[in-house]
Amino acid sequence: MIHIPILRHGQPYESVDKVELVHHATGEPVAVVSQANPGMVVRDINRMDDTVLESFTVRELIEICGRAAERFIRGTLPIGDAKQSFDDYVRCLSATTGMPVTYCRSNAQKIHRVLAEMDTIISGLTRGFDLEILDRGYGTYTDERFSPSPSKGEGRGEGQSTGMPHPSPGLSPRGERGKHTSANGSSSRTLSFFREGRVFGAVLPSNSPGVHGLWIPTIALKAPIVLKPGREEPWTPLRIIEALAAEGIPRAALGFYPTDHAGAGELLRAVDRAMLFGDSSTTATWANDPRIEIHGPGYSKVILGDDAADDWKKYIDVMLGSIAANGGRSCINASAIWTPKHGREVAEALAKRLAKVTAIPVDDPNATIAAFANAGMAERISAMIDGLLRTPGATDVTEQIRGAPRLVKSGRVAYLLPTIIWCEDREHPLANREFLFPFASVVECPTAEMPEAIGASLVVSAITEDRALIRSLMSSGNVDRLNIGAIPTYQLSWDQPHEGNLFEHLYRQRAFQTNVELRTP
Amino acid sequence: MITMRKRTAVAEKPSNKKPKASAVREMDSLERRVKAARRSLDEQTREIVAWHFDPKTGCPFWLEYAKKLGWDPRKEIKSYDDLDKFPFFEDEWLRGGPVRRWVPKAYAKKPIYIFETGGSTGVPKSRINVDDFRIDYEMYSKTLSDESFPKGGDWLMLGPTGPRRLRLAVEHLCQFRGGICFHVDLDPRWVVKLISKGRMDVMIEYRDHVINQGLTLLKAHENIRCLFTTPKLLEAFCEKVSLVRMGIKGVFCGGTQLTAQFHRFAREELLEGKAELVPTYGNTLMGLACHKPFDPADNYSVIYHPPCPRAMIEVVDPNEPRRVVDYGQLGRVRLTTLTKEFFMPRFLERDEAIRHPPCEKYPWDGAGDVRPFSGFASPIVEGVY
Repeated sequence: MIHIPILRHGQPYESVDKVELVHHATGEPVAVVSQANPGMVVRDINRMDDTVLESFTVRELIEICGRAAERFIRGTLPIGDAKQSFDDYVRCLSATTGMPVTYCRSNAQKIHRVLAEMDTIISGLTRGFDLEILDRGYGTYTDERFSPSPSKGEGRGEGQSTGMPHPSPGLSPRGERGKHTSANGSSSRTLSFFREGRVFGAVLPSNSPGVHGLWIPTIALKAPIVLKPGREEPWTPLRIIEALAAEGIPRAALGFYPTDHAGAGELLRAVDRAMLFGDSSTTATWANDPRIEIHGPGYSKVILGDDAADDWKKYIDVMLGSIAANGGRSCINASAIWTPKHGREVAEALAKRLAKVTAIPVDDPNATIAAFANAGMAERISAMIDGLLRTPGATDVTEQIRGAPRLVKSGRVAYLLPTIIWCEDREHPLANREFLFPFASVVECPTAEMPEAIGASLVVSAITEDRALIRSLMSSGNVDRLNIGAIPTYQLSWDQPHEGNLFEHLYRQRAFQTNVELRTP
Repeated sequence: MITMRKRTAVAEKPSNKKPKASAVREMDSLERRVKAARRSLDEQTREIVAWHFDPKTGCPFWLEYAKKLGWDPRKEIKSYDDLDKFPFFEDEWLRGGPVRRWVPKAYAKKPIYIFETGGSTGVPKSRINVDDFRIDYEMYSKTLSDESFPKGGDWLMLGPTGPRRLRLAVEHLCQFRGGICFHVDLDPRWVVKLISKGRMDVMIEYRDHVINQGLTLLKAHENIRCLFTTPKLLEAFCEKVSLVRMGIKGVFCGGTQLTAQFHRFAREELLEGKAELVPTYGNTLMGLACHKPFDPADNYSVIYHPPCPRAMIEVVDPNEPRRVVDYGQLGRVRLTTLTKEFFMPRFLERDEAIRHPPCEKYPWDGAGDVRPFSGFASPIVEGVY
């Protein structure tokens, strides 16, 4: 059987405490995973060489990521004492998580893209300044806003001046050191950053492998990592680590610690910066800790404006995709549709389409929903929804159309079939819920009230051209990612991060002046 | 000086007897000792039941209880197994007063200690004590090696103080071995409260406050050779200093769950393979269990054996808690305390463990890999992330 070790400063360690991972449907053991005790995680973090990636330039690290992308998607990589091909990886991933094989592959493609396009992602995070600034600690940035006639294609600064976190040039004091004006009149100014995230930690989920794309840029930004994988999903983070190590990232920068809830807490306390995935009960403890970037439930939504609501039929595919893509297992899946009118019709149309989805084994290429390896969890979720449906004002439209319950049990696994709830009352307890399967409520609400009423929403796709609605969504603190137009909630550009910018999370800008010649390291 | 109470032959017997030459005879010997231990347990059961249900010596709680039972425990309870005739002991009975209803009449004029457990919220459970903690820890002392816990060496007690048995018990253990015990105050209820409120920053500040006081004592008193602490505090301590370099020879560790992996980590890394780690499991209600001596064959499993016949730890089927599970099986921990100060039959603890067979040193069952009872439904995970 496969043994998944702990990687202590990159070196495999077999623990006395192991957790067995079984095939979600057959119950056959797939792997045993060594478990780190919480004290070990802390001890290793405190002894980690946080400068280990400083000997590389960001460019070199980006190139390593590019090569690792190929290893990840095609290579045979170590997993403990064994080796794992890409197909084996997909098989194991689907086996322990219950995710359809097709989704495992499409998520792996997302990881591949993040690694392969690290350059674009880092540019998005840093807004395109010269990355050598991170290698040297300081450098100059060209502000094209001062250029009377910007010459296209000149350097990296092109068109990237918006959003720079420094004061408007017009406000700068005269004679400021580090501000230079070039021949074409553009303004060049000193930028300096230092890395506060000496060691970066991540407490990762099991629900969808695509999310691992969010932490990978840390490596290119020179921060060593300490990962706590999700219980059923050690596969993807380990494979990424091994792909990076195979292409030259020093193993000392790569920590991998399967551990329990207490171990996760210790990890989060010991590192300088971290990313935490979890439900609200997990993340609440850390909500006010600025060191920790929280990725909790998304409560993502598709909104129809007054100008689009009558044409709702045109947008049904965008809504369906937003709800059900990736088996409904991402925080960027829509869990609600908000419309000023035709709510019941929208709900019925969505339900009619989604009621066709059936529970089939996840290795079937036509499988579109995941299996719950823990059947009890599916039962409890379904029972909770049924319980909340007893509060008047909400109907499970899919169940009515399907004529069969959403909970399907098959052997030791269970499935939850897509569920569309028509909520007459937007205050209904089911109006703003999110579950680990294709689930969405359809809610009617006047558009003027929507930006406030939707509550915190990771992604909002607003199908409208109504300037007033767009303006109020643009200024709403409730919305993290905003799509204007018929754009599915799951369609995202990786160079525009959500729930925080990893670069800003790891680095802090400092004021820097020098009157001596500093040699480039 | 408090004198030792009468103990059974088994409990008093030195346990480091040399094994017999042949394995078969060794097994015979162990089997004989297992039977002897059982006989002494039955004897102890009869003696303790007779004591607690005798109007001249028993405590008001059990005397009252007997009236409601409709049968006379002194007549019906002839062996340890007969204790199954009692309903399960409810620890709720220990919350609130009058606490003197637990004092056996025979001890009414003795100085009484009250030791508490729980109490982070609400009324703590309390158990009265006269000499039990001294007896338990003197017995326990015999299981410690003089090399790791040198006689005359001083101790540092870095664990729960206040109304807890452990505070006085560790001090007594230290004194019994000829040492002086240094203390640092630790209020575990405050820690529990901070954790439940998610105020981890304050919790860590408090933890460091405790550790730093311990460090100061260690630096100031060179004769401190032994330490009592909890697993979490041991980890935190060793992040600041090498205990081995500070002269610590032995660590007596308990208070919270102690996993096999922690056991290994503590031996190999925290104590650098150079100081002894003695894990312990116990509570105010039962007393103190001993750890089976370290044996590589156990793969760092922490296996506890109760102080039979004064108390028993059994591993039972959670759905049928009268039934002890088979060896190697996981079940819920069931405690029974049989002393003249306290009678607690069949209490279902909030822990689970794996049942282990008797060993040379302790010829009665053990419980390994003790951890919080998992037989409650896990909460629904809501949301995707």
